[in-house]
Amino acid sequence: MGNNKLIIKKLHFTYPGEHIAIKDISFVISEGESVGIIGANGAGKSTLLMLIMGILFPNTGEVLVDNRSINKKNLSKIRQQLGMVFQNPDDQLFMTSVYEDVAFGPRNYGLDEVEVENRVEKALAMVGISHLKDRSPFKLSGGEKRSAAIASVLSMEPEVLIMDEPTSALDPKSRRKLIQLLNRFKHTKIITSHDLDMVLDTCKRTIVIKGGRIVADGNTKEILTNDELLDNCGLEVPLSLQNCPVCGTKKEI
Amino acid sequence: MSTLKNSLYHLRLLDDLGKHNSFIHKVHPLIKLITTVFYLAVVISFERYDVSGLLPLIFYPMFIFLLGELPITPILKRLLIVAPLIIGIGIMNPLFDNSKVLIGNIYISRGWITFLSILIKCGLTVTASILLVATTGINRIAEALRMLKVPKIFVLQLLLTYRYFSVLIEEVSIMIRAYSLRAPGQKGIHRSVWGSFTGILIIRTFDRAQRVYQSMNLRGFRGEYINGYNSKITFKDFLYLMMWCFFFTIVRIYNIPLIIDRIFTGVIN
Repeated sequence: MGNNKLIIKKLHFTYPGEHIAIKDISFVISEGESVGIIGANGAGKSTLLMLIMGILFPNTGEVLVDNRSINKKNLSKIRQQLGMVFQNPDDQLFMTSVYEDVAFGPRNYGLDEVEVENRVEKALAMVGISHLKDRSPFKLSGGEKRSAAIASVLSMEPEVLIMDEPTSALDPKSRRKLIQLLNRFKHTKIITSHDLDMVLDTCKRTIVIKGGRIVADGNTKEILTNDELLDNCGLEVPLSLQNCPVCGTKKEI
Repeated sequence: MSTLKNSLYHLRLLDDLGKHNSFIHKVHPLIKLITTVFYLAVVISFERYDVSGLLPLIFYPMFIFLLGELPITPILKRLLIVAPLIIGIGIMNPLFDNSKVLIGNIYISRGWITFLSILIKCGLTVTASILLVATTGINRIAEALRMLKVPKIFVLQLLLTYRYFSVLIEEVSIMIRAYSLRAPGQKGIHRSVWGSFTGILIIRTFDRAQRVYQSMNLRGFRGEYINGYNSKITFKDFLYLMMWCFFFTIVRIYNIPLIIDRIFTGVIN
Protein backbone atom coordinates (compact mmCIF):
# COMPACT_ATOMS: atom_id res chain seq x y z
CA MET A 1 0.00 0.00 0.00
CA GLY A 2 1.16 3.55 -0.72
CA ASN A 3 1.52 6.61 1.48
CA ASN A 4 -0.87 7.60 4.19
CA LYS A 5 -3.44 9.69 2.37
CA LEU A 6 -5.84 10.41 5.17
CA ILE A 7 -5.12 10.37 8.89
CA ILE A 8 -7.98 10.71 11.34
CA LYS A 9 -6.67 11.49 14.81
CA LYS A 10 -8.79 11.16 17.94
CA LEU A 11 -11.86 12.88 16.51
CA HIS A 12 -14.56 13.91 18.91
CA PHE A 13 -17.70 15.74 17.89
CA THR A 14 -20.81 16.82 19.77
CA TYR A 15 -23.89 18.33 18.10
CA PRO A 16 -25.61 21.28 19.74
CA GLY A 17 -27.90 19.81 22.37
CA GLU A 18 -25.13 17.63 23.81
CA HIS A 19 -25.67 14.72 21.44
CA ILE A 20 -22.24 13.09 21.15
CA ALA A 21 -21.97 11.86 17.57
CA ILE A 22 -18.30 10.89 17.27
CA LYS A 23 -16.16 9.63 20.13
CA ASP A 24 -12.42 9.28 19.89
CA ILE A 25 -12.21 7.96 16.34
CA SER A 26 -8.78 7.35 14.81
CA PHE A 27 -7.73 5.54 11.65
CA VAL A 28 -5.39 5.87 8.70
CA ILE A 29 -6.26 5.38 5.03
CA SER A 30 -3.48 4.72 2.54
CA GLU A 31 -3.35 5.90 -1.04
CA GLY A 32 -5.43 3.75 -3.39
CA GLU A 33 -7.24 1.98 -0.58
CA SER A 34 -11.00 1.46 -0.72
CA VAL A 35 -12.64 1.54 2.66
CA GLY A 36 -16.25 0.85 3.59
CA ILE A 37 -17.68 2.53 6.66
CA ILE A 38 -20.70 0.69 7.99
CA GLY A 39 -22.98 0.97 10.99
CA ALA A 40 -26.63 1.17 11.98
CA ASN A 41 -28.72 4.32 11.53
CA GLY A 42 -27.42 7.09 13.77
CA ALA A 43 -24.05 5.36 14.28
CA GLY A 44 -22.22 8.49 13.11
CA LYS A 45 -21.23 7.59 9.52
CA SER A 46 -22.53 10.74 7.85
CA THR A 47 -21.15 12.96 10.64
CA LEU A 48 -17.75 11.32 10.18
CA LEU A 49 -17.85 12.08 6.44
CA MET A 50 -18.79 15.71 7.13
CA LEU A 51 -15.86 16.00 9.55
CA ILE A 52 -13.50 14.56 6.93
CA MET A 53 -14.80 17.03 4.33
CA GLY A 54 -14.51 20.00 6.68
CA ILE A 55 -18.26 20.71 6.56
CA LEU A 56 -18.16 20.23 10.33
CA PHE A 57 -15.15 20.81 12.55
CA PRO A 58 -14.33 18.45 15.44
CA ASN A 59 -14.38 19.54 19.07
CA THR A 60 -11.05 17.79 19.53
CA GLY A 61 -8.78 15.80 17.25
CA GLU A 62 -7.84 16.48 13.64
CA VAL A 63 -8.13 15.27 10.06
CA LEU A 64 -4.93 15.22 8.01
CA VAL A 65 -4.89 14.97 4.23
CA ASP A 66 -1.40 14.32 2.86
CA ASN A 67 -0.13 15.17 6.34
CA ARG A 68 -1.79 18.61 6.27
CA SER A 69 -4.31 19.26 8.98
CA ILE A 70 -7.66 20.57 7.65
CA ASN A 71 -8.44 24.06 8.84
CA LYS A 72 -10.53 26.95 7.54
CA LYS A 73 -7.57 28.47 5.68
CA ASN A 74 -6.64 25.46 3.58
CA LEU A 75 -10.19 24.13 3.22
CA SER A 76 -10.54 25.23 -0.38
CA LYS A 77 -7.29 23.52 -1.45
CA ILE A 78 -8.03 20.34 0.48
CA ARG A 79 -11.53 20.08 -0.95
CA GLN A 80 -9.97 19.96 -4.38
CA GLN A 81 -8.34 16.70 -3.29
CA LEU A 82 -11.47 15.24 -1.72
CA GLY A 83 -14.60 14.73 -3.80
CA MET A 84 -17.81 13.91 -2.02
CA VAL A 85 -20.91 12.42 -3.60
CA PHE A 86 -24.00 13.15 -1.52
CA GLN A 87 -26.60 10.59 -0.54
CA ASN A 88 -29.31 12.43 -2.46
CA PRO A 89 -28.13 13.46 -5.95
CA ASP A 90 -30.85 16.16 -6.03
CA ASP A 91 -28.83 18.06 -3.41
CA GLN A 92 -25.85 18.02 -5.69
CA LEU A 93 -27.39 18.88 -9.03
CA PHE A 94 -28.62 22.44 -9.12
CA MET A 95 -27.62 23.86 -12.49
CA THR A 96 -29.74 23.97 -15.62
CA SER A 97 -27.98 21.18 -17.50
CA VAL A 98 -25.80 18.18 -16.69
CA TYR A 99 -22.89 19.85 -18.49
CA GLU A 100 -23.20 23.02 -16.40
CA ASP A 101 -23.36 20.97 -13.23
CA VAL A 102 -20.27 18.93 -14.03
CA ALA A 103 -18.45 22.12 -15.07
CA PHE A 104 -19.39 23.94 -11.83
CA GLY A 105 -16.42 22.66 -9.78
CA PRO A 106 -13.63 23.11 -12.38
CA ARG A 107 -14.86 26.65 -13.18
CA ASN A 108 -14.78 27.59 -9.50
CA TYR A 109 -11.15 26.53 -9.40
CA GLY A 110 -10.40 29.01 -12.15
CA LEU A 111 -9.65 26.60 -14.99
CA ASP A 112 -9.95 28.00 -18.50
CA GLU A 113 -12.97 27.00 -20.58
CA VAL A 114 -11.01 24.58 -22.83
CA GLU A 115 -9.72 22.65 -19.83
CA VAL A 116 -13.19 22.76 -18.25
CA GLU A 117 -14.67 21.23 -21.39
CA ASN A 118 -11.99 18.51 -21.45
CA ARG A 119 -12.64 17.63 -17.86
CA VAL A 120 -16.41 17.59 -18.29
CA GLU A 121 -16.22 15.36 -21.38
CA LYS A 122 -13.82 13.02 -19.61
CA ALA A 123 -15.91 12.81 -16.43
CA LEU A 124 -19.13 12.20 -18.38
CA ALA A 125 -17.43 9.51 -20.47
CA MET A 126 -16.09 7.81 -17.33
CA VAL A 127 -19.58 7.37 -15.90
CA GLY A 128 -21.06 6.66 -19.35
CA ILE A 129 -23.50 9.55 -19.65
CA SER A 130 -21.91 11.70 -22.38
CA HIS A 131 -25.23 11.59 -24.26
CA LEU A 132 -27.03 13.30 -21.36
CA LYS A 133 -24.84 16.38 -21.17
CA ASP A 134 -27.46 18.84 -22.45
CA ARG A 135 -30.34 17.39 -20.46
CA SER A 136 -31.79 19.06 -17.39
CA PRO A 137 -30.75 17.13 -14.27
CA PHE A 138 -34.31 17.07 -12.95
CA LYS A 139 -35.48 15.11 -15.99
CA LEU A 140 -33.04 12.24 -15.41
CA SER A 141 -33.81 8.87 -13.83
CA GLY A 142 -32.44 8.01 -10.37
CA GLY A 143 -29.49 6.06 -11.80
CA GLU A 144 -28.64 8.78 -14.30
CA LYS A 145 -28.81 11.43 -11.58
CA ARG A 146 -26.41 9.40 -9.46
CA SER A 147 -24.00 9.09 -12.40
CA ALA A 148 -24.24 12.84 -13.05
CA ALA A 149 -23.54 13.56 -9.38
CA ILE A 150 -20.46 11.31 -9.51
CA ALA A 151 -19.32 13.01 -12.74
CA SER A 152 -19.74 16.42 -11.09
CA VAL A 153 -17.18 15.32 -8.52
CA LEU A 154 -14.87 13.43 -10.90
CA SER A 155 -14.47 16.54 -13.08
CA MET A 156 -12.53 18.11 -10.20
CA GLU A 157 -10.11 15.15 -10.46
CA PRO A 158 -10.07 14.46 -6.74
CA GLU A 159 -7.54 12.10 -5.22
CA VAL A 160 -10.02 10.71 -2.71
CA LEU A 161 -13.61 9.84 -3.58
CA ILE A 162 -16.03 9.92 -0.66
CA MET A 163 -19.52 8.55 -1.13
CA ASP A 164 -22.48 8.58 1.21
CA GLU A 165 -24.88 5.72 0.51
CA PRO A 166 -24.14 5.58 -3.23
CA THR A 167 -26.55 2.74 -4.01
CA SER A 168 -29.58 4.04 -2.15
CA ALA A 169 -32.68 4.29 -4.36
CA LEU A 170 -30.99 2.61 -7.32
CA ASP A 171 -32.59 -0.22 -9.27
CA PRO A 172 -30.59 -3.50 -9.40
CA LYS A 173 -29.11 -2.87 -12.87
CA SER A 174 -28.05 0.70 -12.03
CA ARG A 175 -26.61 -0.56 -8.74
CA ARG A 176 -24.57 -3.21 -10.55
CA LYS A 177 -23.31 -0.62 -13.04
CA LEU A 178 -22.27 1.66 -10.19
CA ILE A 179 -20.35 -1.17 -8.49
CA GLN A 180 -18.50 -1.89 -11.75
CA LEU A 181 -17.79 1.82 -12.12
CA LEU A 182 -16.42 2.11 -8.59
CA ASN A 183 -14.19 -0.91 -9.11
CA ARG A 184 -12.69 0.73 -12.20
CA PHE A 185 -11.64 3.86 -10.28
CA LYS A 186 -8.10 3.92 -9.04
CA HIS A 187 -8.93 6.64 -6.50
CA THR A 188 -8.71 6.23 -2.78
CA LYS A 189 -12.32 5.53 -1.85
CA ILE A 190 -14.35 5.91 1.30
CA ILE A 191 -17.89 4.56 1.04
CA THR A 192 -20.55 4.58 3.74
CA SER A 193 -23.46 2.29 3.13
CA HIS A 194 -26.08 -0.06 4.47
CA ASP A 195 -25.75 -2.04 1.26
CA LEU A 196 -23.25 -4.51 2.66
CA ASP A 197 -23.17 -6.56 -0.55
CA MET A 198 -21.94 -3.48 -2.37
CA VAL A 199 -19.31 -2.89 0.34
CA LEU A 200 -18.23 -6.50 -0.09
CA ASP A 201 -17.87 -6.00 -3.84
CA THR A 202 -16.05 -2.66 -3.75
CA CYS A 203 -14.05 -2.33 -0.52
CA LYS A 204 -11.15 -4.44 0.71
CA ARG A 205 -11.24 -2.85 4.15
CA THR A 206 -14.22 -2.11 6.36
CA ILE A 207 -14.64 0.00 9.46
CA VAL A 208 -17.64 -0.69 11.69
CA ILE A 209 -19.01 2.17 13.77
CA LYS A 210 -21.41 1.92 16.69
CA GLY A 211 -22.54 4.81 18.85
CA GLY A 212 -19.88 7.09 17.39
CA ARG A 213 -16.99 4.70 18.12
CA ILE A 214 -15.04 2.28 15.95
CA VAL A 215 -15.81 -1.27 17.02
CA ALA A 216 -14.00 -3.09 14.23
CA ASP A 217 -11.53 -2.23 11.48
CA GLY A 218 -10.14 -4.84 9.15
CA ASN A 219 -10.55 -7.04 6.10
CA THR A 220 -14.04 -6.70 4.62
CA LYS A 221 -14.62 -10.44 4.17
CA GLU A 222 -13.63 -11.19 7.76
CA ILE A 223 -15.83 -8.45 9.15
CA LEU A 224 -18.84 -9.16 6.98
CA THR A 225 -18.81 -12.85 7.92
CA ASN A 226 -18.61 -12.12 11.64
CA ASP A 227 -22.22 -12.76 12.52
CA GLU A 228 -21.88 -11.83 16.17
CA LEU A 229 -20.13 -8.53 15.51
CA LEU A 230 -22.63 -7.48 12.85
CA ASP A 231 -25.61 -8.47 14.95
CA ASN A 232 -24.19 -6.51 17.88
CA CYS A 233 -23.92 -3.41 15.67
CA GLY A 234 -27.45 -3.58 14.27
CA LEU A 235 -26.29 -5.10 10.97
CA GLU A 236 -26.46 -8.52 9.39
CA VAL A 237 -24.38 -10.70 7.11
CA PRO A 238 -24.74 -9.59 3.45
CA LEU A 239 -27.37 -11.47 1.47
CA SER A 240 -24.76 -12.89 -0.88
CA LEU A 241 -23.02 -14.51 2.10
CA GLN A 242 -26.15 -15.83 3.79
CA ASN A 243 -27.27 -19.43 3.47
CA CYS A 244 -29.39 -20.42 0.48
CA PRO A 245 -32.94 -19.21 1.23
CA VAL A 246 -34.49 -22.25 -0.54
CA CYS A 247 -32.45 -25.25 0.64
CA GLY A 248 -30.55 -23.69 3.55
CA THR A 249 -27.19 -24.85 2.15
CA LYS A 250 -24.32 -22.98 3.72
CA LYS A 251 -22.48 -20.60 1.43
CA GLU A 252 -18.82 -21.22 0.88
CA ILE A 253 -16.69 -18.12 1.33
CA MET B 1 -50.48 19.05 -6.28
CA SER B 2 -50.31 18.44 -10.02
CA THR B 3 -50.57 22.22 -10.40
CA LEU B 4 -47.48 22.59 -8.24
CA LYS B 5 -45.57 20.00 -10.24
CA ASN B 6 -46.72 21.77 -13.38
CA SER B 7 -45.43 25.11 -12.15
CA LEU B 8 -42.10 23.47 -11.39
CA TYR B 9 -42.04 22.09 -14.92
CA HIS B 10 -42.95 25.51 -16.33
CA LEU B 11 -40.33 27.22 -14.20
CA ARG B 12 -37.74 24.95 -15.73
CA LEU B 13 -39.22 25.40 -19.19
CA LEU B 14 -37.80 28.91 -19.23
CA ASP B 15 -34.36 27.47 -18.42
CA ASP B 16 -34.74 25.02 -21.30
CA LEU B 17 -35.85 27.74 -23.72
CA GLY B 18 -32.82 29.78 -22.70
CA LYS B 19 -30.56 27.05 -24.08
CA HIS B 20 -31.82 27.29 -27.68
CA ASN B 21 -29.51 28.56 -30.34
CA SER B 22 -31.54 31.02 -32.38
CA PHE B 23 -30.51 34.43 -33.72
CA ILE B 24 -31.92 36.16 -30.64
CA HIS B 25 -30.28 33.68 -28.25
CA LYS B 26 -26.91 34.47 -29.81
CA VAL B 27 -27.19 38.20 -29.13
CA HIS B 28 -24.95 39.20 -26.21
CA PRO B 29 -26.85 39.07 -22.88
CA LEU B 30 -25.80 42.58 -21.92
CA ILE B 31 -27.23 43.95 -25.18
CA LYS B 32 -30.50 42.10 -24.62
CA LEU B 33 -30.67 43.37 -21.06
CA ILE B 34 -30.11 46.99 -22.08
CA THR B 35 -32.59 46.68 -24.97
CA THR B 36 -35.22 45.26 -22.62
CA VAL B 37 -34.65 47.94 -19.96
CA PHE B 38 -34.86 50.66 -22.64
CA TYR B 39 -38.04 49.08 -23.98
CA LEU B 40 -39.60 48.96 -20.51
CA ALA B 41 -38.69 52.61 -19.91
CA VAL B 42 -40.27 53.66 -23.23
CA VAL B 43 -43.46 51.66 -22.58
CA ILE B 44 -43.86 53.08 -19.09
CA SER B 45 -43.14 56.65 -20.23
CA PHE B 46 -46.29 56.89 -22.38
CA GLU B 47 -49.01 59.13 -21.07
CA ARG B 48 -51.98 57.27 -19.56
CA TYR B 49 -54.47 58.35 -22.25
CA ASP B 50 -52.07 57.56 -25.09
CA VAL B 51 -53.13 54.09 -26.22
CA SER B 52 -52.56 54.40 -29.95
CA GLY B 53 -48.92 55.49 -29.51
CA LEU B 54 -48.19 52.27 -27.60
CA LEU B 55 -49.41 49.97 -30.36
CA PRO B 56 -46.25 49.88 -32.56
CA LEU B 57 -44.29 48.65 -29.53
CA ILE B 58 -45.99 45.29 -29.90
CA PHE B 59 -43.58 44.64 -32.80
CA TYR B 60 -40.72 44.07 -30.36
CA PRO B 61 -42.16 40.99 -28.58
CA MET B 62 -43.48 39.72 -31.94
CA PHE B 63 -40.01 39.99 -33.42
CA ILE B 64 -38.45 38.14 -30.46
CA PHE B 65 -41.10 35.42 -30.62
CA LEU B 66 -40.47 34.87 -34.31
CA LEU B 67 -36.69 35.04 -34.44
CA GLY B 68 -36.21 33.44 -31.04
CA GLU B 69 -38.27 30.44 -32.22
CA LEU B 70 -40.22 30.49 -28.97
CA PRO B 71 -43.53 28.75 -28.29
CA ILE B 72 -46.21 31.41 -27.89
CA THR B 73 -48.78 29.61 -25.71
CA PRO B 74 -46.63 28.75 -22.65
CA ILE B 75 -45.20 32.26 -22.54
CA LEU B 76 -48.59 33.95 -22.88
CA LYS B 77 -49.90 31.63 -20.15
CA ARG B 78 -47.33 33.15 -17.83
CA LEU B 79 -48.76 36.51 -18.71
CA LEU B 80 -52.15 35.27 -17.50
CA ILE B 81 -50.64 34.58 -14.08
CA VAL B 82 -50.13 38.31 -13.55
CA ALA B 83 -53.44 39.23 -15.25
CA PRO B 84 -55.46 39.39 -11.99
CA LEU B 85 -52.88 41.79 -10.56
CA ILE B 86 -53.02 44.01 -13.62
CA ILE B 87 -56.82 44.02 -13.61
CA GLY B 88 -56.78 44.72 -9.87
CA ILE B 89 -54.63 47.79 -10.43
CA GLY B 90 -56.65 49.18 -13.33
CA ILE B 91 -60.23 48.20 -12.60
CA MET B 92 -60.94 51.20 -10.35
CA ASN B 93 -60.02 53.70 -13.07
CA PRO B 94 -63.37 53.58 -14.96
CA LEU B 95 -65.10 54.30 -11.64
CA PHE B 96 -63.01 57.31 -10.65
CA ASP B 97 -62.31 58.91 -14.03
CA ASN B 98 -65.77 59.55 -15.49
CA SER B 99 -64.97 62.31 -17.97
CA LYS B 100 -65.98 61.36 -21.51
CA VAL B 101 -64.01 61.54 -24.70
CA LEU B 102 -65.25 61.19 -28.25
CA ILE B 103 -63.62 58.47 -30.32
CA GLY B 104 -65.08 58.22 -33.80
CA ASN B 105 -68.79 58.57 -33.13
CA ILE B 106 -68.75 57.01 -29.68
CA TYR B 107 -68.30 58.64 -26.28
CA ILE B 108 -66.01 56.59 -24.05
CA SER B 109 -65.12 57.20 -20.41
CA ARG B 110 -61.48 58.24 -19.98
CA GLY B 111 -61.29 55.70 -17.16
CA TRP B 112 -61.71 52.86 -19.65
CA ILE B 113 -58.96 54.31 -21.81
CA THR B 114 -56.53 54.44 -18.87
CA PHE B 115 -57.57 50.90 -17.93
CA LEU B 116 -56.80 49.75 -21.47
CA SER B 117 -53.51 51.62 -21.38
CA ILE B 118 -52.54 49.88 -18.09
CA LEU B 119 -53.48 46.50 -19.61
CA ILE B 120 -51.34 47.10 -22.70
CA LYS B 121 -48.41 48.51 -20.73
CA CYS B 122 -48.38 45.65 -18.24
CA GLY B 123 -48.84 43.08 -21.00
CA LEU B 124 -45.91 44.47 -22.99
CA THR B 125 -43.54 44.90 -20.04
CA VAL B 126 -44.23 41.47 -18.51
CA THR B 127 -43.92 39.78 -21.92
CA ALA B 128 -40.65 41.57 -22.64
CA SER B 129 -39.23 40.48 -19.27
CA ILE B 130 -40.30 36.85 -19.78
CA LEU B 131 -38.82 36.92 -23.28
CA LEU B 132 -35.53 38.20 -21.88
CA VAL B 133 -35.29 35.21 -19.51
CA ALA B 134 -36.50 32.78 -22.19
CA THR B 135 -33.91 33.91 -24.73
CA THR B 136 -31.00 34.48 -22.35
CA GLY B 137 -31.32 32.20 -19.32
CA ILE B 138 -30.97 33.44 -15.77
CA ASN B 139 -27.23 32.65 -15.57
CA ARG B 140 -26.39 34.84 -18.54
CA ILE B 141 -28.60 37.65 -17.26
CA ALA B 142 -26.54 37.44 -14.06
CA GLU B 143 -23.40 37.65 -16.19
CA ALA B 144 -24.77 40.80 -17.84
CA LEU B 145 -25.59 42.33 -14.46
CA ARG B 146 -22.04 41.65 -13.27
CA MET B 147 -20.74 43.37 -16.43
CA LEU B 148 -22.83 46.37 -15.42
CA LYS B 149 -20.96 46.26 -12.09
CA VAL B 150 -24.04 45.30 -10.09
CA PRO B 151 -22.60 44.08 -6.73
CA LYS B 152 -21.88 40.36 -6.54
CA ILE B 153 -24.11 39.93 -3.50
CA PHE B 154 -27.23 41.21 -5.32
CA VAL B 155 -26.62 39.07 -8.38
CA LEU B 156 -26.07 36.02 -6.20
CA GLN B 157 -29.24 36.82 -4.29
CA LEU B 158 -31.17 36.88 -7.56
CA LEU B 159 -29.70 33.59 -8.76
CA LEU B 160 -30.19 31.74 -5.50
CA THR B 161 -33.75 33.03 -5.11
CA TYR B 162 -34.49 31.77 -8.61
CA ARG B 163 -33.03 28.37 -7.71
CA TYR B 164 -34.73 28.37 -4.30
CA PHE B 165 -38.17 28.55 -5.90
CA SER B 166 -37.81 25.06 -7.29
CA VAL B 167 -36.53 23.69 -3.97
CA LEU B 168 -39.53 25.26 -2.23
CA ILE B 169 -42.03 23.94 -4.77
CA GLU B 170 -40.52 20.43 -4.61
CA GLU B 171 -40.75 20.35 -0.82
CA VAL B 172 -44.33 21.70 -0.85
CA SER B 173 -45.44 19.10 -3.38
CA ILE B 174 -43.88 16.27 -1.30
CA MET B 175 -45.60 17.52 1.86
CA ILE B 176 -48.96 17.99 0.16
CA ARG B 177 -48.75 14.49 -1.29
CA ALA B 178 -48.02 13.02 2.15
CA TYR B 179 -50.89 15.05 3.65
CA SER B 180 -53.48 14.24 1.01
CA LEU B 181 -52.74 10.51 1.22
CA ARG B 182 -53.66 10.56 4.89
CA ALA B 183 -56.53 13.03 4.59
CA PRO B 184 -58.84 11.53 1.97
CA GLY B 185 -61.76 13.62 0.78
CA GLN B 186 -60.27 16.90 1.99
CA LYS B 187 -59.85 19.79 -0.35
CA GLY B 188 -56.57 21.54 0.29
CA ILE B 189 -55.03 21.62 3.72
CA HIS B 190 -57.19 22.12 6.78
CA ARG B 191 -56.54 25.42 8.53
CA SER B 192 -55.80 23.65 11.83
CA VAL B 193 -52.50 22.41 10.40
CA TRP B 194 -51.50 25.57 8.50
CA GLY B 195 -49.16 26.64 11.28
CA SER B 196 -47.27 23.38 11.65
CA PHE B 197 -47.30 22.83 7.87
CA THR B 198 -45.62 26.17 7.20
CA GLY B 199 -43.18 25.69 10.07
CA ILE B 200 -42.11 22.25 8.89
CA LEU B 201 -41.92 23.50 5.31
CA ILE B 202 -39.51 26.28 6.32
CA ILE B 203 -37.32 23.88 8.29
CA ARG B 204 -37.31 21.34 5.45
CA THR B 205 -36.42 23.89 2.79
CA PHE B 206 -33.72 25.39 5.02
CA ASP B 207 -32.28 21.92 5.50
CA ARG B 208 -32.41 21.20 1.79
CA ALA B 209 -30.97 24.60 0.89
CA GLN B 210 -28.20 23.98 3.43
CA ARG B 211 -27.30 20.67 1.77
CA VAL B 212 -27.29 22.24 -1.69
CA TYR B 213 -25.08 25.04 -0.36
CA GLN B 214 -22.71 22.52 1.23
CA SER B 215 -22.41 20.66 -2.05
CA MET B 216 -21.63 23.98 -3.79
CA ASN B 217 -18.99 24.79 -1.19
CA LEU B 218 -17.40 21.38 -1.57
CA ARG B 219 -16.95 22.12 -5.24
CA GLY B 220 -15.06 25.32 -4.62
CA PHE B 221 -17.93 27.85 -4.61
CA ARG B 222 -16.70 31.13 -3.19
CA GLY B 223 -19.68 33.40 -3.63
CA GLU B 224 -19.59 33.91 -7.39
CA TYR B 225 -21.29 31.94 -10.11
CA ILE B 226 -18.76 31.36 -12.85
CA ASN B 227 -20.69 30.32 -15.92
CA GLY B 228 -17.82 30.03 -18.34
CA TYR B 229 -19.28 32.37 -20.95
CA ASN B 230 -16.80 34.91 -22.05
CA SER B 231 -18.39 36.28 -25.16
CA LYS B 232 -17.40 39.70 -26.43
CA ILE B 233 -19.87 42.28 -27.68
CA THR B 234 -19.62 42.27 -31.46
CA PHE B 235 -20.57 44.90 -34.04
CA LYS B 236 -23.70 42.87 -34.84
CA ASP B 237 -24.79 43.06 -31.17
CA PHE B 238 -24.16 46.78 -31.16
CA LEU B 239 -26.18 47.20 -34.34
CA TYR B 240 -29.03 45.19 -32.81
CA LEU B 241 -29.09 47.56 -29.84
CA MET B 242 -28.89 50.68 -31.99
CA MET B 243 -31.71 49.59 -34.28
CA TRP B 244 -34.06 48.87 -31.42
CA CYS B 245 -33.15 52.08 -29.58
CA PHE B 246 -33.80 54.00 -32.80
CA PHE B 247 -37.15 52.26 -33.29
CA PHE B 248 -38.24 52.81 -29.68
CA THR B 249 -37.23 56.49 -29.81
CA ILE B 250 -39.14 57.08 -33.05
CA VAL B 251 -42.21 55.35 -31.61
CA ARG B 252 -41.90 57.48 -28.49
CA ILE B 253 -41.58 60.79 -30.34
CA TYR B 254 -44.06 60.24 -33.16
CA ASN B 255 -47.48 58.67 -32.82
CA ILE B 256 -47.08 56.33 -35.80
CA PRO B 257 -50.66 54.95 -35.94
CA LEU B 258 -51.97 58.54 -35.94
CA ILE B 259 -49.59 59.53 -38.74
CA ILE B 260 -50.63 56.50 -40.81
CA ASP B 261 -54.25 57.35 -40.14
CA ARG B 262 -53.70 60.96 -41.29
CA ILE B 263 -51.91 59.84 -44.43
CA PHE B 264 -54.71 57.45 -45.34
CA THR B 265 -57.58 59.77 -44.48
CA GLY B 266 -55.69 62.57 -46.29
CA VAL B 267 -55.37 60.40 -49.37
CA ILE B 268 -59.05 59.43 -49.21
CA ASN B 269 -60.20 63.03 -48.68
